[in-house]
Amino acid sequence: MAATVNTRKLARTMLMPAVIILFIWMIVPLLLTIWYSFQNYNLLNPVNAGFAGWSNYKYFLTDPAFFQAFANTLILTLSVLAITVIGGILLGLLLDQFIYGQGIVRILVISPFFIMPTVAALVWKNMLMNPNYGIFAWIATRLGFAPVAWLETFPLLSIILIVAWQWLPFATLILLTALQSLDEEQKEAAGMDGANFASLFVYITLPHLARAITVVILIETIFLLSVFAEILVTTSGGPGYASTNIAYLIYHQALLDYDVGGASAGGVVAVILANIVAIFLVRLVGKNLDA
Amino acid sequence: MARAISPQKKWTFTILAWIVALIIFFPILWTFLTAFKTEGDAILFPPAFLPPHWTLENFFEVQTRSNYFKHFFNSVVISVGSTLIGLVIAVPAAWSMAFAPTKRTKDILMWMLSTKMMPAVGVLVPIFLIFKNLGLLDTLGGLTGILMLINLPIMVWMLYTYFREIPIDILEASRMDGASLWKEIVYVLLPMAIPGIASTLLLNVILAWNEAFWTLNLSAANAAPLTAFIASYSSPEGLFWAKLSAASTLAIAPILILGWFSQKQLVRGMTFGAVK
Repeated sequence: MAATVNTRKLARTMLMPAVIILFIWMIVPLLLTIWYSFQNYNLLNPVNAGFAGWSNYKYFLTDPAFFQAFANTLILTLSVLAITVIGGILLGLLLDQFIYGQGIVRILVISPFFIMPTVAALVWKNMLMNPNYGIFAWIATRLGFAPVAWLETFPLLSIILIVAWQWLPFATLILLTALQSLDEEQKEAAGMDGANFASLFVYITLPHLARAITVVILIETIFLLSVFAEILVTTSGGPGYASTNIAYLIYHQALLDYDVGGASAGGVVAVILANIVAIFLVRLVGKNLDA
Repeated sequence: MARAISPQKKWTFTILAWIVALIIFFPILWTFLTAFKTEGDAILFPPAFLPPHWTLENFFEVQTRSNYFKHFFNSVVISVGSTLIGLVIAVPAAWSMAFAPTKRTKDILMWMLSTKMMPAVGVLVPIFLIFKNLGLLDTLGGLTGILMLINLPIMVWMLYTYFREIPIDILEASRMDGASLWKEIVYVLLPMAIPGIASTLLLNVILAWNEAFWTLNLSAANAAPLTAFIASYSSPEGLFWAKLSAASTLAIAPILILGWFSQKQLVRGMTFGAVK
């Protein structure tokens, strides 16, 4: 008995540092954000300080920029999710086939995930999307179209393409892993019963992938809601607010406008939005932990 | 039992897969190739696929003009440092939850996962002000600490999923043989835990290397890692494609190679064990 009590004590001691550190990391900045969000606190205007009530929230939530940033955040997140999940399923199915040089193909496909966001965004911005010298301009002229100034004409679409390129490998890898765990014999049996590819996909493959798809959607959503570096180095949120998302809007208010109170109110809004998504993810993973 | 696949089908899929893979990889390949071009050749139109005049000039230029290796070194210190410190905290925690689970273990794990859900921008203001007041802005120590904190939940989770697979019966056997707790850890558990620890280390170095929210917001000239250094090429006067490509190549090559070795761990680490 003594040994188990000792072991328990030891186990608790080993666990505590991580728990305490994460608790502080989670609670202190969040409380400060909430505190600042109710303060008049602008680094450029130190005279006007003190309790602000809900005015920061009113200001942030009624700002037309917020609506646009909110819409952009949704469009960006949903578009990238659609591209990566559909593309990921197709690519996963393709890579699950017999392919000569499969290992190398996999490596090529997974690579964009390891490229740092600033490099990815700048390479796309300059060497692919530049209207004068970029590859896209060259392809367009070869096909007989006029080159497009991607980032000026379609700023949000351009960022969607860049971010989708970064996340497609992740979706593909997860879905491919799930596909490979699909029982070969189950597929064979269905094939012998005369099921064609389409019904095999709809009734066997897709249900099997459901869980992996959900995981991809939820994890990508967490990251996509706060896309930042890609916007910073390409469009800086512009022209106007055309490619500003909520994360970039808050950054702009805090570090470029020095509006601590307003940015904090925005931060609280962002946390609430993310938590709505997080609840689903935690439930999903929690369910798996029992199994 | 496997049905024979016709050679025709094999080749169709092979060609299709290679075309798609090369399109996806193209921006990276293009960056590598442009790094070896002269600035003039880099903006040729129509583009020259292979460098007409191969040159290493850009790599030297990037170093002499902007002290590239200082930022490279910063990236190494921040990513490796944050991972090692994180492991010191995460290994005992994961160990304890895997081998001495209590009723609350699952709740603690879920709670740790939920801290990862907090959007960074939600706490940007206080962290920035705290860093400013403590003089941590633009310091390696500050960035190392922040990256350790944001990756700590992933480390605990990954290690937990690995440790849980270590058969506990082995412990009982060694205990019967009269092994002390210390010997038990060093000779029995550690060898079995090392692959999991190595995988966790690898994935977290990659994640920290590429982290581009805190590194961009909390660093300036001094402690800027490669993410922030490359971002300085976004200014109009920084538009030298060959040099951008050379700097980018050096920044992504080491982590790309590490990444290729960590595909499996990536799935486990990024999905918190939900997809195997």
